This record gives sequence, C-alpha cells and structure tokens, in this order.
Amino acid sequence: MRTPITTYLSLAVLLVLLVALPTLADLANYPAFTSVATRVLIYGIAAASLNFVLGFGGMVSFGHAAFFGIGGYVVGILYQHYSLGEPLFGVFPGSNQLLVTVPLAVLVSGAMAALIGALSLRTGGVQFIMITLAFAQMLFFLFVSLKTYGGDDGLIIRRANELGDLNLRDRQTMYYLCLTIAVSFLFLLWRIVNSRFGNVLIGLRQSERRMAALGLSAYRYKLAAFVISGMGCGLAGALMANFLRYVSPDMMHWTKSGELMVMVILGGVGTLFGPFIGAGAFIMLESLLAAWTENWQLGLGFILLLLVLYTNGGLQALFSRLFRRDA
Amino acid sequence: MTRPILNVTDLAKRFGGLVATDNVSIDVRPGEIHALIGPNGAGKTTLISQLLGELPHDAGRIELEGREIGKLSTARRVHLGLARTFQVTCLLPDYTVLDNVAIAIQLRQGHSFRFWGNVRKDSALREKARGFLRDAGLEDRAEVVTANLSHGEQKQLELAVALATEPRVLLLDEPMAGLGHVESEQMIAMLRGCKQRVSMILVEHDMDAVFALADRVSVLVYGRIIATGTVEEIRENAEVRTAYLGEGEDLC
Repeated sequence: MRTPITTYLSLAVLLVLLVALPTLADLANYPAFTSVATRVLIYGIAAASLNFVLGFGGMVSFGHAAFFGIGGYVVGILYQHYSLGEPLFGVFPGSNQLLVTVPLAVLVSGAMAALIGALSLRTGGVQFIMITLAFAQMLFFLFVSLKTYGGDDGLIIRRANELGDLNLRDRQTMYYLCLTIAVSFLFLLWRIVNSRFGNVLIGLRQSERRMAALGLSAYRYKLAAFVISGMGCGLAGALMANFLRYVSPDMMHWTKSGELMVMVILGGVGTLFGPFIGAGAFIMLESLLAAWTENWQLGLGFILLLLVLYTNGGLQALFSRLFRRDA
Repeated sequence: MTRPILNVTDLAKRFGGLVATDNVSIDVRPGEIHALIGPNGAGKTTLISQLLGELPHDAGRIELEGREIGKLSTARRVHLGLARTFQVTCLLPDYTVLDNVAIAIQLRQGHSFRFWGNVRKDSALREKARGFLRDAGLEDRAEVVTANLSHGEQKQLELAVALATEPRVLLLDEPMAGLGHVESEQMIAMLRGCKQRVSMILVEHDMDAVFALADRVSVLVYGRIIATGTVEEIRENAEVRTAYLGEGEDLC
C-alpha cells in the first residue's frame, strides 16, 4: 500500500498556500487574518496532542487544558522573574529567550503529564475522564490563588520572547514561527503514529484485552503516550503565551479542555490532519457566529451535532469523501 | 512418562459464595493436546483466564516448564510461552488481517518504545506474518480489514495470532464454536498440524473434535475435575456419562 502521489501533491499545494497566507491576507486587505491563522495553528497543535491520546490511544482525557495552561505559565513566570530580576525559588534566573522558555515549558508540562497520567491511568472509562478533569480543575484553582503570578487576573508578558534577531511581536514572523513548529510537530506525530509505538497505541484503543493476551504491559505505553500528548499541549500553551503576551487561569479552565475536544471531534477523531481542520473550523465558526449572536455556542452545538451524526468521522472524513467523488 | 510442560496443582478460585475453580489439578505434556470438557458454567473459561493471569487465583500453583508462574503478570506469562484464544473472538477489528498477526510478532520481538521507523514497512516483520497467515490458509485475506472477516475466518485468525506469539503451551477456548462442518474439519487439521510444536489445553464442546484431537480428556463439572483419562477411558466412565455425556446428543 503506497501513498498515492496525489496525496503528496495536495499536501505540497496546501503547504504553499499556508506559506503564502500572510501575503494573500495583506493583498485581500485583511491582514488580521494572519493572526487568526496563527491562533488556528497553535490550537491545532494542542488539539492534535489531545487527539494523540484520545483518537489514537482511546484515552478520553478531559483535562488537557491543564498542560496547555502550564506551558503558558512557564513562559509567563520565567518572563516575570526575568523582568523583575529575581531568581525563581531563589535559584533559577528567569528568561525571555524562546529557545529556553519553550523547551522548558514542554519539559514541565511533560513532567506534569507523567504525574497526572501515572495516577489517572490506573483507572479507565468514565473514571479516567473524571480524574483528568479533577486534576485540571485543581491546577486551575491553584493558579487562581497564586497571587504572586497574577491570580485571577493572569500575567501580562510585556514583550514576547526573543529568538535571535526575529521580532516575535510582528504578526507575520509569529505566524511563520508557528507554522514551522506546527509542521514539524505534525511530521513527528505522523512518524510516531506509524511506528511500533503507534501500532501498540492504536491496538490498545481497539482491544486492550487482545493486547494483554499478546503479552503487552499496557500501562507504561499509555503513560508514555499521555506524556507525549501533555508535552504537545505544553508546546502549544507556550506559543499561545508568546502570541497573546498574556497568560491566565482561563487557559486551563475545563471549558478549554472541552473546546480542544470539540476541535478534535469537529475535525476527525484519530486522524492526523483532523485536529488542525477542527481547530480552523472552530475558530472560524466562533468568530462568524459570535458576530451574529452572543449565544454563538448554540449555533456551534447544532453544527457539531450535524457533523457527528452525518459525517461519520468529522470534517476530515467529509473532505476525503468529497475529494474521492471528484477523482 | 515425560515431565509435564504445564503443571497446575490445586488451583482454587471463589467469587463470593460461588466456587468457580475447586482444587483443580491438570497437566499438559510436551506435544500433547489435553482436552477440557464440561457443561456450560463449569468454569472452563475461568480456568483459562487464571492460567494466563487475566484473573488472579486464590490458591494453588501453576508451573510452566518447572517454573512457578502463578504470581507473574499476564505479559510475563506470555513471554515465557503461554498464549490463548478467545471463545468470543477478540481481535483488533480496525486492523487488517496481516496487521493483527504482525503486531503479535512485534510484541514477541521485545519492547515497542520505538517511535520512528514505519512498522508497516518492516519487511522482515511483514514477511514473517505472511508465513503464519499462509499456515492458517488466510494468505488471500491478508489485506482485508478484520471486522469484515466471516466468523470462521476470525476463528482461524485467532489461532494464527496466538501461534504468532510462538507459545510453548496454547490455551484454546472453544476454537470450533460457531464453525460449520467444513470449517471445523479445517480447524481440526490445523490444530493437528501444530501439535508437534506446541502443547495445548483444548476447551471444546464439539465432541467429534475432542475425540479426534485429544490425547487425554479431563471433565470439569461445577469447577471440579471429576475424571481425567484417555478418550476411551472417558467414554466408558459412568460418572462422566451421567454428569455430562449422558445428557443426550445435544451437547451445546
């Protein structure tokens, strides 16, 4: 089974379009679209990370906003210590270097995912959903009460992190940075999903009993997947903190976990591109419907309902069926 | 007499007041098919689950090649050479037939913390998996999604997957259940074919299959083994006849 050449072609066309997007947006006299696209890319990374455990691994985590938020707060807290010149815990100096803050954000959210995963993965099904939700809410309230770091109001990051000579405050620069990271991340996920590890993970979703009978100790593989997924969400959170130059506990509120899940379902559970498509659809719908009525979630709910009932696999499945009809 | 490869002594399991396994002792010698028969609810599947460690037992010993494995995890037991098939087929439904066998070989080859290479382009693995499918007569169906297989083919695949883990002892839970006459014949031929490589405990209701394959038969009733012997001995055993065989021709 070889991947058809048309798939590579359409991917190449898509990539060219994405690279040209800021120019096209400027030409269309709608430069703000570049920022919308940046948001889509960042949420796409987060949703793809959630999809890694939810869609491929069958672990329905309802607490992934926690890792998104932690990623953001690592950037925010490091910046605060950097700007005030006070070391964190009296030892670690703060930083505003992207090459320091983002990897740290990924590591810290990975460590948190290891901790939360180690405890929640001892359960399954509904208990797993509730425990991940509970952990996320605990972190939410922890950051609400952390007055040093802004509490309820969140933290303002006066200047975006530095990366060489790049000005990350610039809309287009930030877009290209996020595009590069999103594409690399997707490539990484693609390799993992098709690797031996991915094979085991997808097997576990289909039948844990079968995998056990084949001699698999499921727990460590699920935990590894959960950590990878948490790291991906942390990466997205760190980028979001740089993009908005602001972090707040809202980033880890349970509704954010819900939004990520909606993106995954909209786009297509257990697909590689689905979460990115879903993130795009979600953000478009949010802005379109919100311009029309303040009860925009009602409209979104209906659309989600239709997609779930009739597309049999979200927007990704819908697109691929439309394309196949053309061919 | 050769030393048994799998030796179970005084295995016991209770679910509250119900004694599911009542001091069961059973052994399998190398190259032997030891059939386990008994009416529904006798505790045959429960016994298999305990042997593989999916269900913990309360008391007794399970020895594989002289080594006590009763406290080990299912994964460890599988690596030491136990495998099972399921009465209600338990396969990976979204994967192709070939994927189902390949993943069994993959897990046999060691840990799967390998994140980079494409597992479906691992030609050695794929070729090996094809070999097992060829033995099971499923080679033509390699690229079919498992959920689309017929019931009989799924049963054959169950066996192919179990054999792909290269077990020393195979625990078969009603491999003939739901098979037509021709399919049963094929299954019997296949089991007979791998008898030299792997010893088996065969739980089965199809008496023709049991009498055709088994070297010894044990009869389990209410969690207790009431008789063990050769096919002839079991056929002649009065207690067995009343408890089980005497219930008429309709044995399912």
